[in-house]
Order: sequence, then structure tokens, then C-alpha cells
Amino acid sequence: MNQPASAYFLEERHDPNETHTLSVLVQNEPGVLARVIGLFSGRGYNIESLTVSETESQKHLSRITIVTTGTPMVIQQIKHQLDRMIPVYRVVDMTLTGSSIERELAMVKVRGGGDHRVEALRLADAFRARVIDATTESFVFEITGNSSKINQFIDLMRPLGLVEVSRTGVAAITRGPEGM
Amino acid sequence: MTDKSHDPNQMTGAAMIVRALIDHGVQHVFGYPGGAVLPIYDEIFQQSEVEHILVRHEQGAGHAAEGYARSTGKPGVVLVTSGPGATNMVTPLTDALMDSIPLVCITGQVPTHLIGNDAFQECDTVGITRPATKHNWLVRDVNDLARVLHEAFYVATTGRPGPVLVDVPKDVQFATGTYHPPRKSDVHISYTPRVKGDATQIRKAVALLANAKRPVIYSGGGVINSGPEASKLLRQLVEATGFPITSTLMGLGAYPASGPNWLGMLGMHGTYEANMTMHDCDVMLCVGARFDDRITGRVDAFSPGSKKIHIDIDPSSINKNIRVDVPIIGDAGNVLGDLLQVFKAEAKKPDIKAWWQQIAQWRARNSLSYRKNNDIILPQYAIQRLFELTRGKDTYITTEVGQHQMWAAQFFGFEEPHRWMTSGGLGTMGYGLPAAVGVQVAHPDSLVIDIAGDASVQMTIQEMSTAVQFELPIKIFILNNQYMGMVRQWQQLLHGNRLSHSYSEALPDFVKLAEAYGCVGLQATKPSDLDGAIKEMISIRRPVLFDCRVAALENCFPMIPSGKAHNEMLLPEEATDEATAKAFAGGKALV
Ligand SMILES: Cc1cc2nc3c(=O)[nH]c(=O)nc-3n(C[C@H](O)[C@H](O)[C@H](O)COP(=O)(O)OP(=O)(O)OC[C@H]3O[C@@H](n4cnc5c(N)ncnc54)[C@H](O)[C@@H]3O)c2cc1C
Ligand SMILES: Cc1ncc(C[n+]2csc(CCOP(=O)(O)OP(=O)(O)O)c2C)c(N)n1
Ligand SMILES: [Mg+2]
Repeated sequence: MNQPASAYFLEERHDPNETHTLSVLVQNEPGVLARVIGLFSGRGYNIESLTVSETESQKHLSRITIVTTGTPMVIQQIKHQLDRMIPVYRVVDMTLTGSSIERELAMVKVRGGGDHRVEALRLADAFRARVIDATTESFVFEITGNSSKINQFIDLMRPLGLVEVSRTGVAAITRGPEGM
Repeated sequence: MTDKSHDPNQMTGAAMIVRALIDHGVQHVFGYPGGAVLPIYDEIFQQSEVEHILVRHEQGAGHAAEGYARSTGKPGVVLVTSGPGATNMVTPLTDALMDSIPLVCITGQVPTHLIGNDAFQECDTVGITRPATKHNWLVRDVNDLARVLHEAFYVATTGRPGPVLVDVPKDVQFATGTYHPPRKSDVHISYTPRVKGDATQIRKAVALLANAKRPVIYSGGGVINSGPEASKLLRQLVEATGFPITSTLMGLGAYPASGPNWLGMLGMHGTYEANMTMHDCDVMLCVGARFDDRITGRVDAFSPGSKKIHIDIDPSSINKNIRVDVPIIGDAGNVLGDLLQVFKAEAKKPDIKAWWQQIAQWRARNSLSYRKNNDIILPQYAIQRLFELTRGKDTYITTEVGQHQMWAAQFFGFEEPHRWMTSGGLGTMGYGLPAAVGVQVAHPDSLVIDIAGDASVQMTIQEMSTAVQFELPIKIFILNNQYMGMVRQWQQLLHGNRLSHSYSEALPDFVKLAEAYGCVGLQATKPSDLDGAIKEMISIRRPVLFDCRVAALENCFPMIPSGKAHNEMLLPEEATDEATAKAFAGGKALV
């Protein structure tokens, strides 16, 4: 017991962290995103990625997809804390469903000439990235896939003249006929 | 075309607010006026169903509403203006959130077209109070107002209770729209708190209880939240099982302190027997408590050998700090009712004689003992006398925060729920005096006592004036040790007794201060004066400020040193300087 004298128990537990993707169905009303984000910052939870858009406009429903990391106990807390917010309808842990599909879109700007230019195009083709803008010295690629595929593509572009990247964050949905 | 001018549901936003209060049975509102709520104050002026209690600081309104709520089970209602009125409410809202107290706070806001312009007395009230409330709303359209107000009451009082806030711009207060009485569709369909416990889980719990050899019931504030019925059922369960029972600070009174199975409070300043029973038990039944860090101490050494059952209405309380084996989501009263029924039908009282013998040995350590003193009033003695002399009276106790609060919890025996109002989660100094105001408003003929500290009481002392104006005969019983005693204790135990800024320098003359406010001031300096002065205080039907001069350097024991387990408690007779130094050896990170 070497913790400094304190009113709190200071030793942290060292359970391993896990990454989970959560789909959160919310009433689309003013402040709802601030509530969700405030929950994460206020309670010290991680947000790796956050994507939000209205998905059913007649019912004013929005779907928020959050990728977060934490120990299993923290992940469970996050779900309960989200679920008890008044405008939250449902929280589904896509990672636990075991059959979810995750996609992200990125636009990747690369600048260069000569061999680098040819190599960038060749790799883009291999990754099924599309050219959506081109000048004599640059390309913008559009690539869709799971996050690791996009990370891999970006890493490959780095030595070829990577200028900047804009990513949407992760969207997720389950396989099969059922909705959330 | 219909003529709307004769439709009784057509009214201004301000009128709707008062109307909604009446429809929700609100009899008292605690508040403070200002530019952004004047239309509402104008409506209040023109009716007599809702009584407005004018405080002296908005924080006072918030704590008064908390005291009102905790002592009645009804929501407390607060009305304050925009900007500083709203920011002054942040502390009581947070306090109520931490302690699960139902509050409905209505704030004025600058007119909608000025929002975002740094208008006079504008602040982002919903932004500031978002993490301080269970939910909050900004109402931009008068036709949404009735729905939002009704939803606000519903959200505050159902599920895990808590504070809510409705921010109403001044133009919305003036605008005319359609009011409707409360109806089901006012509430978000996404909000569905669960009340009834899962039958399978309840069966699992009964199986554990029935086979327990070393059981304990650990109850908390959730039993109080659930209402008097839950306390009744808890008592029946204790009776039916014969189990020992302890409670958190927030749950005192659910089981009577005079009951045979009562172990006293548990936790950092709980009794030895309560903490040892928790540590060594084999089955723990937690009802409406949240495994707070003041309870668990070292989490990896918390009750290591037990199976844990946890009844709580809020799923986020489950497995937050401590992993439990049988979670039951539901209302404490409702689940206890079902549990009791199954237990009575399927189990019989387990034989736990050996366990009670063990507990008797722990009890014999007499962990709340203190040495007697004929010259100086010891704070523990003062609370004991206060308790004895108010016994059998219709008494409500509030507290401030510090050593006096812990001594009140240890030495004042609570026989009924809703009689004990204290700031547990946030630990807000300045809570007790305004809370007493609120309690006295709800119970005008009862004896309402704020057990206070000399430092805490100065934080909201201005509410004496409220007590005088509304003829609320509250009693403020100050355990005056001339220190921020709790801070001094930590400094002594952890910081080499360097008493940095914990001395109450330049204390006011409390007796004169009382007189200046138009209250009665009393003082006791010797043990032999104490009983007479307390009796005098009780007999006076006006607000009293009682300056009880107590030993300056008394420490609050027993105590679990931080980072230690329940079975490593420091007991008063063991708390020699040496032993204390050893128990607290380490660095210096204080609260
Ligand atoms: C200086 C100081 C020292 C302290 N020392 C101690 C100490 O030694 N011992 C101690 O016990 N405390 C102590 N406290 C208080 C402590 O900080 C916590 O406030 C307290 O322990 C929490 O009590 P609780 O677990 O009963 O939870 P509460 O805060 O009362 O929470 C209630 C729980 O019940 C649930 N609930 C609410 N309504 C219902 C319902 N209808 N049905 C079912 N469940 C419901 C809630 O979801 C929540 O989980 C101290 C505080 C201060 C300021
Ligand atoms: C608003 C606020 N500020 C600071 C604290 C930290 N604090 C806890 S107890 C305490 C001292 C309380 O002194 P007093 O009211 O005299 O009570 P005593 O401990 O002496 O009984 C302080 C400063 C607090 N709990 N609340
Ligand atoms: Mg003091």
C-alpha cells in the first residue's frame, strides 16, 4: 500500500481496454449531441470516432455511432449512462452483436509527380479508392471501408505526398433482416 | 371560427407556469425575483394557491427545496431569474443530482431574439446546468410550455429522482398560447424507468439469502427515495430473515436505530461492527445504495468473500464500482415486496446464531466510545444530549458538512425515514440552514434542527432572515469548535499537523448575530449548562441560533484510513498519535 495519503482510493485498476462500437438512437432535438458529448468528456470516457445524422426525419430520430475504448466495466457504464439520458431510445453495442458492418469514408489528398503519382494511382486502384479530383500535381481519393483499411491506405499515401485527410467517422449497422 | 378569447386554456406563458404548479399540487415555491421572471412573479402576486418563499440567495432556495423534497417525498420547486440567478443554482442542482433529490427549477431567460447576444443577465443556462440536472429544457415556443412543464415534473419524480430545469425566455412568458393539463403523451417515449424487478433474479436472490451463513443487508438512500412503504418492507424483511442491517449516511432512518438488528452506519466513519460485518459477510443484500467510495474503501479488498445482490432503479448504479452477482433493476419498495413474498413462501429463517455471536464481539469494541469530560463539552456528548432531549418529539434534523455531520450521523438515532436531511454526495457546506427552512415550511409545527459547524453555517447564514420573515422557528445548533474541524483532522492525520487555513479566524459573535437578525441567540460553554440551554432552545417558538462551544481539537472516529480495507479501521482508543501516523503513512494528496 504505497498510495499517497488521500481521501480517495487512488490505485487504478488495470483491466485491459477493449474497443466497442455503439449505435445510439436519439430524439433529434436541440442539445442532444451536446448531452452525449458532455457525458463522455464529463466522465472521462474516450471517443475514438463519433458520427451523427438524422436517419428518420418524420420521427425526428438521429443515429449516433460512437467508437469508444475502456475496460469491460467502463464500457458497460457508458452504455447505461447513455441509456438513461431522457432523449435516448436505444443503445446497441454493435461489437457484442458479433455481426455488424462498419464503414467509414475518407477523402485523401496527395500531391506529387513522377513515380509517386503512378504509385499512388496504382495503390488507389488496389484499395478501390476513386479519384474525385485531379490536377497535374495532385489527386483527391475517395475511399470507403472499415477504419483499419482506411488507416492502411493513408499510411501508404504518406511517403507518396500525403497532404491532408478528411474522414467521416464510423457508421455501423447489423447484418441480417433485423433493425436495432 | 371559434372565439379563443373565452377559451380558459388560452393564457400567457407566465400564467401557464403558475397553472402547471397548481395542477401538480405544488403548494410552496422557493425563489428570488429578477428581470427575466417578472411576468411569473406578477402571476404569483395575483393568486393564493401557491405560496412563494422569498430566500436571500438563490442557493438558499435550492437547498430549501431539497429539504422540502426530502422531508415530504414531493418535488421541491424553485423559481429564479436568468444569469446570476441561474448560476447561483448550480450548487444545489448538483447537490440534488448527487443525492437523487427531485427538484423542479424554473429559470427566466432573456427574450429568444436576444439569446446568444451576450444580452443583459444572459447566460447559457441549459448549457451550464446540463451536467447538473437529470434533464433540462429551453422552451422557445409558448405552445410547448405546458408539455415541457408536465414532463419536467414527471422526470424529476420518477425513476431515480433528480433535479430538472426549465429555462423560459421572457417573451415566451408574455406570449399567449394553449395550456393543457398533464397527460401521458407529454413525456418522451424514450423515457421508461423500470419499477418491477425481474422474477428470475428475485428468485436467485432469495436462494442466496436462504442459504446465507454470514449475511448482511446494506441499505441506502434509494430506500428513502422509494417512499415510506419501502422502509416498512425493509423492516419486514429484516424481521423475516433475522439478518443484521447497516445503512449509508443517506439511508439513515429506513430501519430504526433502536432496532435489534441495527449495526449503525457503515463506511469511512461508520461503526466497527458495520464495517467488519460487511467485510466478512458471505451474502450481501444492497438495497438502493451505490457502493460509494466512502463505503467501499479499497475496492479490491471490499467484502472479498461475498455474493452480492444489488437492488437499484438505475442500471448505471449496477457494476459501477463493485461487480455484483445478482443485479435486480427496479424500485426498492416494489422489489422488496416481491422478494419478501418469495422469501416467506419458499425459505425459512436461516440459522445465523454463530454470525450474531461474532457480531456481538465486534460490537463489544464499542467503536463510538469517547472519554467523558466534565469541563469541556465534547461534540459527541452534545449530539447525544440533543438526541435524548428531543426523543419522542416530532423532530427533523438537517446538517452542514464536516465533523459535526458525522457525529450527528453516529450519535443521533433516527427511527423513521425522511427525518434526516444531509448533503452526502456533493458534501455542500451551507446546505443545512436553508434545508431546515425548507423542512420547516413543509412541517410548520415540527421541531426542525440544523446541526451545524461554525464554518459551514456562515456560508448560507443569510437565510436566518428568511426564517424570521416567514416565522419558521428553525433551530441552528452550531457545534462551534472554532475550526474547519474535518479539514483540520485531515491536516493533523496526513499533513504533519500543519493547520493551513483551517482555523475559523474572526468568528462572529453568534448570539449577537442571531439578535441582529431578529432571532434568539443562545450559548453553552460547559457540560453543566448544556441540558438547560437545549431545553430552552426547544421551548422557543422562534428561530434560534445556538452557539454550542465544544472541544476544539476532537477528532471524528472510527475512521477507515484511505486506501485501507474495512477490517483496517482506526478505532478511537487505538488512535494514539503513533498509531495514527502509521495508519496514514504515505505522501500528501488531499481532497
Ligand atoms: C464528510 C463526509 C463524510 C462521509 N462519510 C460517509 C460514511 O462514513 N459513510 C457513508 O455511508 N456515507 C458517507 N458520506 C456520504 C457519501 O459521500 C455518499 O453520499 C453516500 O454514502 C451515498 O449513499 P447511498 O449509497 O445510499 O446512495 P445515494 O446517493 O442515496 O443513492 C441512492 C441509490 O439508490 C438508487 N435509487 C434511487 N431511487 C431508488 C428507488 N426508488 N428504488 C431503488 N433504488 C433507488 C439510486 O439509483 C442510487 O444508486 C460522507 C459524506 C461526507 C460529506
Ligand atoms: C462548499 C464547500 N467548501 C469546502 C468544503 C470542504 N470542507 C469539508 S468539511 C470542511 C470544514 C467544515 O467546518 P465546520 O463547518 O466548522 O465543521 P466541523 O468539521 O468543524 O464540524 C470543509 C472546508 C466543502 N465540503 N464544501
Ligand atoms: Mg467547526
